[in-house]
Amino acid sequence: MEPDPEAAISVRGLVKRYGDFTAVDGLDLDIHRGEIFALLGPNGAGKTTTVEICEGYRARDAGEVRVLGEDPAEGSRAWKARLGIVLQSGSGDSQLTVRELVAAQASYYADPRDVDEVLALVGLTEKAGVRGRLLSGGQRRRLDVALGIVGRPTLLFLDEPTTGFDPEARRQFWSLIRSLRDLGTTMLLTTHYLDEAEALADRVGVIAGGRLVEVAVPGALGGRETAPAVVSWSEDGVRRSQATATPTAFVAELAARFSGEVPDLAVTRPTLEDVYLQMIGDAR
Amino acid sequence: MTAPAREAPALPPLASVYRSRVSVELKEFFRQRESVVFTLLLPVLLLVVFGAVLNFDLGDGVSFTQYFMAGIIAAGILGASLQNMAISIATERSDGTLKHLAGTPMPRSAFFIGKIVQVLAVTLVSIVILLLVGVVFYGVDLPTGSDWLTFAWVTVLGAAACTLLGIAISSIAKNGRSASATVTPFALLLQFVSGVFFQFSEIPHWMQVFASLFPLKWMAQGLRSVFLPDALAADEPAGSWELERVALVLGLWCIAGLVLCIRSFRWQDR
Repeated sequence: MEPDPEAAISVRGLVKRYGDFTAVDGLDLDIHRGEIFALLGPNGAGKTTTVEICEGYRARDAGEVRVLGEDPAEGSRAWKARLGIVLQSGSGDSQLTVRELVAAQASYYADPRDVDEVLALVGLTEKAGVRGRLLSGGQRRRLDVALGIVGRPTLLFLDEPTTGFDPEARRQFWSLIRSLRDLGTTMLLTTHYLDEAEALADRVGVIAGGRLVEVAVPGALGGRETAPAVVSWSEDGVRRSQATATPTAFVAELAARFSGEVPDLAVTRPTLEDVYLQMIGDAR
Repeated sequence: MTAPAREAPALPPLASVYRSRVSVELKEFFRQRESVVFTLLLPVLLLVVFGAVLNFDLGDGVSFTQYFMAGIIAAGILGASLQNMAISIATERSDGTLKHLAGTPMPRSAFFIGKIVQVLAVTLVSIVILLLVGVVFYGVDLPTGSDWLTFAWVTVLGAAACTLLGIAISSIAKNGRSASATVTPFALLLQFVSGVFFQFSEIPHWMQVFASLFPLKWMAQGLRSVFLPDALAADEPAGSWELERVALVLGLWCIAGLVLCIRSFRWQDR
């Protein structure tokens, strides 16, 4: 099968080896224009290798890759001008202030975003005059994102962007990502946080052992939406639970039996984390 | 399969990216206290100490400080170019700065233009401070006439050779710290055997031969022709300033350094 030239990213049969270790082992992937795609997977599953091949940082051993219609191995400057890259390793130490760093980055693009607008978007307006090397971990990450978006990218790569964020900073970051999506930016996000993937992604891909084991909308991953529900309640001081495909009928039965309120009633379906852990467990 | 239609965004003019990189590189250097102290102030400190302690007469009414002026300026150029490039680029490689830049549409030439202008600026500042201190406090005689021209070409050619070598060394080093740990002692060693701290004619022959393999000895010799009266050329091992040979050796180091840079430069850690 040929790569899809209309997709933002299209990968067919990608293979990457490091010595005897096969990091990526025949991976296929399509990311549509305008979507947020989250790539999930344990450390060493091949996430960063795949992303860095798409960004043009690493050479591949086999397979076809098209990113915005071009082969990243031959990525031209004009092609790079349409990408925004937030690396896992960040953008380095600097004696320049936050505003100077974003302005320098903007100077590499023909039609950059306004520097102050970008600082406001990532919440660094108050830190504009602080030198890059003096920022905290979370502030640095926001600076990395500012550098990634100032060139007005069509496609934005975010490799574990919220590592080191406190919960409030993550929420702010999520709303930033949503506003970028509203502006039409396609995003490839890798993350360890399943709630992040669930909150942001239009589709989620799970990578394990160098292959993509499933792609789905977050709610349907691993057959989650049709998985049996678990009804649990308390009876005679004991916590009881029952898996059932017909939870409504089962709860009605319980209600009849207790003639009214069922003590401590809960109906749950597997969380994204449950199905994810099962998937990467199966792939091992 | 037909190629998809895609918009080709124009790139900014090269000159504006070059200006931006030059400004980045100048700020990175002059705002970092360690690099300013190490690269700019250390040679001044040495000039002050040597000028105060070893201000003896070399004959013909020439003081050792006049001799030392040539050597310490050569050492200052070495620090501003070779040591500065080897350490700063190795650091930028290991902290991810270079990898980040490689992922942007910045033309790669802009990175090197920025570094070259940084070296030239630091070299110029270093020379001006050393000359000021030498003239004001130790009565050093400034060069005259065509000696300025020799001063200029020895400085530019020496800085070019050492910049290229420094960039090449940065690719061999594991990180900034290991670059500093290897380059700093080696630079110090070269200064001892190349006629910076002692008169070159006084050191053992085998050390002279060793020093002749590296640019610093030739830079110092070229600058002695600038700062010392021609009568003292007779004290040189060759009996003359050998300016043609200075140009030749520094030129060869430029070529070797360029080849090493092209073969070894990396934008990311292995």
